[in-house]
Amino acid sequence: MIEAKNISKSFGDNLVLKNVSVKFEKGKSNLIIGQSGSGKTVLMKCLIGLFEVDKGNIYFDDRDFSQMSFNERKNIRKELGMLFQGGALFDSMTVEDNIMFPLTMYTDQTMEEKKERVNFCLDWVNLENANRLYPAELSGGMIKRVAIARAISMNPQYLFCDEPNSGLDPQTAGVIDELIQRLTQEFQMTTVVNTHDMNSVIKIGDTISFIYKGELWWEGDKEHIMDTDNKELNDFVFATELTKRLK
Amino acid sequence: MISRFGSYLFLMFKVFRKPDKLRVYRKQLILEIYNLGIESLGITAIISIFMGAVVAIQTAYNIDSPLIPLSMIGFTVRQSVILEFSPTIISLILAGKVGSRIASEIGTMRVTEQIDALDIMGINSSNFLIFPKVSAAILINPVLIIISMGFGLMGGYFVAIFTNLFSTHDYIIGVKSWFEAYTIFYAIMKTIVFAMLITSISGFEGYVVKGGAVEVGAASTRAVVWSSIMIILFNLILTQLLLS
Ligand SMILES: Nc1ncnc2c1ncn2[C@@H]1O[C@H](COP(=O)(O)OP(=O)(O)OP(=O)(O)O)[C@@H](O)[C@H]1O
Ligand SMILES: [Mg+2]
Repeated sequence: MIEAKNISKSFGDNLVLKNVSVKFEKGKSNLIIGQSGSGKTVLMKCLIGLFEVDKGNIYFDDRDFSQMSFNERKNIRKELGMLFQGGALFDSMTVEDNIMFPLTMYTDQTMEEKKERVNFCLDWVNLENANRLYPAELSGGMIKRVAIARAISMNPQYLFCDEPNSGLDPQTAGVIDELIQRLTQEFQMTTVVNTHDMNSVIKIGDTISFIYKGELWWEGDKEHIMDTDNKELNDFVFATELTKRLK
Repeated sequence: MISRFGSYLFLMFKVFRKPDKLRVYRKQLILEIYNLGIESLGITAIISIFMGAVVAIQTAYNIDSPLIPLSMIGFTVRQSVILEFSPTIISLILAGKVGSRIASEIGTMRVTEQIDALDIMGINSSNFLIFPKVSAAILINPVLIIISMGFGLMGGYFVAIFTNLFSTHDYIIGVKSWFEAYTIFYAIMKTIVFAMLITSISGFEGYVVKGGAVEVGAASTRAVVWSSIMIILFNLILTQLLLS
């Protein structure tokens, strides 16, 4: 479980997160939703320590991450995987080397063991035989899948995904959602997903946190999101023609 | 600008650490020696030959008194090549070639979140990306400079062969006379400092990029400009320290 308690973050005069407290549960896909610019990415980057919070604490299973030094954080970092919005694959390395990279840095596994793990991860994301390709040779959907494979190569307990299906067609987006869902359940990870895609929300939203202008505005799950009387949330949920018709 | 210098020092403090995994570092080091050093051999050789040749012709042109022996030409070429042309001019050329390469490579990694990806894995990204480049340059640039000296002297020799300004015999005598090994030491010291300046400044410029492709381009220009300015400044300081 990951817990954020009263975290605030500002950039200069711009107060981006206002006293946000939120819990993300183990074995579930925990979604953070909200408009563009509402602070989802900043919240996620605060959780994993890419941004330092101004105030508040972040706990990874009761370990206070926000108070740790760089070296103390290392242990938690080895337990977490992250899928960046643009994939962030190392473009000087092949797919195989990308996935192998955390293993090379942190384990003493032999080449054979590492290759086996790489193939296991590639299998999971349905990309057998992509080992020798470079990131520049992959399609958008493949990049996301390789990025997922790299994120899970160390068998993490915590998985963070920033807009895992932005820029993908609905069908491929659905495949990625399912993949995240299956991984979360199979390996009992605490998964946090940033999204503004209502399809994912309805499909995999075990818990949903709606961020509005830097504040936690609503919490719930996919069963309840369609019938609340929270105005800002309704504006967000029923913004597209498709969802309007559902109402 | 002062705060920028502060963040430069702060970053260098994180760069100069023991690498996380020595085996990986060794591999990176070899790759960077190739990328930064071996790949610069061609341009170093060409520039050095022409430099040596020009110095030889200019010196011959300036000697108009029969009282000055023609061996002065070889002597002058050797001194200027070792003291100034090879270490400083070649380092300036490398600042352009290597500096822009480093800044744009690291800058691109920054804007595509590859550096964030390293950070969240718990890797000291500044050390991982910049340290191999700094240490590779410190190792390989002195080699390049020594090679450059060789080609510079060869340039003067070619002038002796292809013109009748002076003979190869005079030239060789000049090159061999009053040689002090200390000048080589001085040149190598300079080169090492310049190598550190080029790689660390360019690494810094790339590492702190914010934005996109335009900013990466701007960073790579800044890297070249600042490395060059610092080379010229440190050239003066080191010369004052080591030669006076
Ligand atoms: N590094 C930064 N420096 C300064 N301001 C920032 C920085 N990162 C984000 N912000 C600001 O924080 C606010 C929230 O941005 P954030 O990226 O979290 O939005 P988001 O909810 O992820 O939007 P999107 O759905 O478009 O990705 C924006 O107003 C942005 O300008
Ligand atoms: Mg975002």
